[in-house]
Amino acid sequence: MDVTPRTIPIVPSSTRNPALEYLTTKKDEFVGWARKFSLFPYPFVTACCAMEFMAVSSTPYDTDRFGAALPRFSPRQSDLLMVVGTVTHKQAPILRKVYEQMCEPKWVMAFGACATSGGFYQNYAAVAGIDRIVPVDVYVPGCPPRPETVIDAIMQLQDRIARQRHPIVTRNF
Amino acid sequence: MEPAVFADLRSRLPAAAAAGVAHGVLVLELGRDQVVPVMRALKDDFAFDMLLDVTAVDWLPKTPRFEVVWHLYSTTHKARVRVKTRVDEGDAAVDTLSTLYNAARYAERECHDMYGIRFRGNDDLRALLLYEGFVGHPLRKDYPKDGEQPLIPMRDPARPE
Repeated sequence: MDVTPRTIPIVPSSTRNPALEYLTTKKDEFVGWARKFSLFPYPFVTACCAMEFMAVSSTPYDTDRFGAALPRFSPRQSDLLMVVGTVTHKQAPILRKVYEQMCEPKWVMAFGACATSGGFYQNYAAVAGIDRIVPVDVYVPGCPPRPETVIDAIMQLQDRIARQRHPIVTRNF
Repeated sequence: MEPAVFADLRSRLPAAAAAGVAHGVLVLELGRDQVVPVMRALKDDFAFDMLLDVTAVDWLPKTPRFEVVWHLYSTTHKARVRVKTRVDEGDAAVDTLSTLYNAARYAERECHDMYGIRFRGNDDLRALLLYEGFVGHPLRKDYPKDGEQPLIPMRDPARPE
């Protein structure tokens, strides 16, 4: 009986048999696949939701599994703006400026009840939802959200990115 | 048990002769002009060395409308004193305590932001928690609950860009 372990040797395929040397796909599917697994978040963290943001980005929940692990603290290097916490009218111009500094393509996540709708604040200070300042792609409910909810939101955003058009040449280029 | 310094205050400080105790804090209700002299006595003679807070209460529609409240703490006696005075809307001003306690500078700025109480002698009452150009005082009872004053034009979330 033959007990030699069966392994598949990794060798360059011969020039006489070029199978699997090329793949064909659609540009939008390919670029979307690449982009959805390389989200660089910019954490715009203003309030208590930060605790849950730390929980979801560290080991037990680990957003690295979704390619969204590496927070960039420069808006120019990031493509996912995570607004984590209450945004006040005094902060609104800062959030707007951070959003405008991000390069295309960019997406925005409203993390928690305050960023989504102002939460339980209705007063002179709080903005009733960051979608009054910047366009939002995905809303995460909860006060604060469970880490599972955040992961679900990242996955929904990934689905959305995968289905989007990804123009290589834009009118600005 | 009441801190021993309270009995001392009642006997030696005339303004505190009839002062009551609420929640373990000795409460002095003073006329507006008495505040600074009494505070100076509390600081220099009774070791109330820490100013905890300066705030106000809006009693609309009563007159006088505002009550300005100071909280003092003594790190020697481990005791607290609350000083209150009433001021009316037309002349909502009291003397600053920043000559006695440096901590008063920021607390008075905040109180001026929120209630519009002026502190005579505090030359820096710029907006602290609010921002340049904010009209009104949001913790006054007649400030509208939804009185938002945006700094940038707000989007309409229902209309995509």
